[in-house]
Amino acid sequence: MNFRSQLVAKPYFVAALALFLGQILFGLIAGFQYVDGTFLFPAIPFSVSRMVHTNLLIVWLLMAFMGAAYFIVPEEAQTELYSPRLALATFWVFLVAGALTILAYLLVPYSDLAAATGNAMLPTMGRGYLEQPLPTKVGIVLVALSLLFNISMTLFKGRRTSLNVILVGALWGLALLFLPAFYFPEDTVKASYGWWWVVHGWVEGDWELILSALLGFILIKMTGVDREIVEKWMYVIIAMTLISGIIGIGHHYYYIGAPEYWIWLGSVFSAIEPIPFIMLIVFSIRMLLKRRRENPNQAAMLWALGTPIVAFLGAGLWGAMITLAPVQYYAHGSNFTAAHGHLAFFGAYAMVSLAIISYAMPLLRGRVANGIAAQRWEMSGFWIMVISMLAIALALSGAGIVTAFSQRMGDHPLSFMDTQAQEQVFFWLRELAGVGFLAGLLAYLVSFFVPGEAGYDAAVKRALS
Amino acid sequence: MQQVFTKAMARNIFLGGAVFFLAIYVALSVDTWRQIPVRDHASELSAAVRHGKYLVDSNNCIGCHTVNGEGAYYAPELGNVYTRRGPDFIKQWIKIQPTGVPGRRQMPHFDFSDAELNDLVAYLQWLSHIDTNHWPPNAEG
Ligand code: HEM
Ligand code: HEM
Ligand SMILES: [Fe+2]
Repeated sequence: MNFRSQLVAKPYFVAALALFLGQILFGLIAGFQYVDGTFLFPAIPFSVSRMVHTNLLIVWLLMAFMGAAYFIVPEEAQTELYSPRLALATFWVFLVAGALTILAYLLVPYSDLAAATGNAMLPTMGRGYLEQPLPTKVGIVLVALSLLFNISMTLFKGRRTSLNVILVGALWGLALLFLPAFYFPEDTVKASYGWWWVVHGWVEGDWELILSALLGFILIKMTGVDREIVEKWMYVIIAMTLISGIIGIGHHYYYIGAPEYWIWLGSVFSAIEPIPFIMLIVFSIRMLLKRRRENPNQAAMLWALGTPIVAFLGAGLWGAMITLAPVQYYAHGSNFTAAHGHLAFFGAYAMVSLAIISYAMPLLRGRVANGIAAQRWEMSGFWIMVISMLAIALALSGAGIVTAFSQRMGDHPLSFMDTQAQEQVFFWLRELAGVGFLAGLLAYLVSFFVPGEAGYDAAVKRALS
Repeated sequence: MQQVFTKAMARNIFLGGAVFFLAIYVALSVDTWRQIPVRDHASELSAAVRHGKYLVDSNNCIGCHTVNGEGAYYAPELGNVYTRRGPDFIKQWIKIQPTGVPGRRQMPHFDFSDAELNDLVAYLQWLSHIDTNHWPPNAEG
């Protein structure tokens, strides 16, 4: 860390991790409601536990991305952040608005919340991931504008590296792609078509740019490889992302009422969407092999290598399995989709957030790297979370396959509820794996409380003092 | 390789590819926009259907259910529930929730008036007529 103003990233990272813990607790509640439908009912219906789970996911990822931006942009621009005070004020606004929204979900029936927040005037509520009441949505836009103003001004007054331009540009894209959340036409088919601009546009477009930028930054810092090489890789990877992903959005248009040509276009283009993920793996491995120095932060190295691999499994492999129209015909809107959603969101965006936190947090706490003991806790957390998430994805895939065969094929298909009863064992396995995931997350969090610094630097510091 | 394929070339592929495919996407979307009202009978979006849709959204039905495969996977598909169950069953079902059967997944009680229930069913009926390329594979959704 070279600039004082980078310190403002710290509260963002801390809050991100706290919200992550909340996300997992509500995931466990929702998962348990899958096996015991009366659990916590009617205090917290499934729709509420699920909404809190997915909304906390989005909020903590945005927190982590913002923290990453406030950390990286000044470092890349080689200048102090334009306004650290604005960044800090924005943090509190975002945190309080987020907390109030979650509380409202838990305490107020959804339709009352809609009535109280002017949803009738401009309807935006009641769509996946975008359930927030109007004031929260407006708040998100304002927070994003504050971030964009701050980092763009920083970029303009400092060094303009390609990496920084990509990162700042992608954050502009993130904000722009949120705007369709305010457009909710009365025609349900048009509404679905536009909903994917936000959801697909984020995870299979814009956020992949953020993913590449964060990974690229970590790799430059940790390996000392020539920036020109890293940035060239990044451009090629994000080129492939958009070349495949823009028309690839068609894989959501097969069965919602859009014209038939999307069946062909969506299948062909989304089938090549795994390529940028494969390239990310090759990129990371090659940069690590070319490294010109050994970094004492082994845990951050593990995250940086693990991220593209698990992202590929979740997005590239699990996504590809359901992306061709004839397969999706049977898998669409089943727990197979949830299997893919979990492994992809975790592997790509949760893990890259944890990677940048792993790299930056020790620096923000005034050390080059954590001590061996802390890193052991962190790396145990890595493995337990990754393995548990793979188990969650496998269990949900099992459930999805049963749906395809029992409910959607044959002359005597079972009803939805009867099929779900058949899948009970998979839902138990998912919940078990979920408890494992929580254990991994706790081990990871423990690492922050284990004292000590990396050996060499600690020794140097002691000698100098 | 350094000389043959430069960073500037990579950046140009990125920008060119993005603009090119975005332009194609916009053109396709314009055509899709023209076709959707035909495929989903938008002319039948009556005041009742619109209000029914508002009730579905503002009560977060897709927090448990799917509509044309989008939403949550906890409860049955609603895009074709009108075909599967018919109007009377649907109204009766909503009125008697929750079932309270131990261990069974519970649907909350929504305090809809009879007029609201009619609008809701009108919307579900409208949904069931959308041309979704023959999805779901059968009435079970
Ligand atoms: C990191 C990147 C990705 C993330 C985070 C992600 C996440 C998700 C999520 C959460 C959904 C469910 C949306 C809903 O609630 O309805 C979804 C659906 C889907 N994704 Fe991805 N995805 C990613 C990349 C990909 C890729 C690369 C492919 C194709 C190769 C793909 C193919 C699909 C398909 C086909 C569906 C629709 C499934 C259905 O019809 O039910 N995804 N994705
Ligand atoms: C303890 C671990 C977890 C459990 C038990 C759990 C459970 C659940 C449940 C029950 C749902 C609702 C599925 C439905 O709609 O029927 C859900 C949705 C979702 N969860 Fe989790 N979750 C866990 C961890 C995670 C993590 C770590 C992530 C991402 C980093 C995540 C991302 C999501 C997403 C994106 C959805 C929406 C999926 C879709 O619509 O296809 N979850 N989760
Ligand atoms: Fe997609």
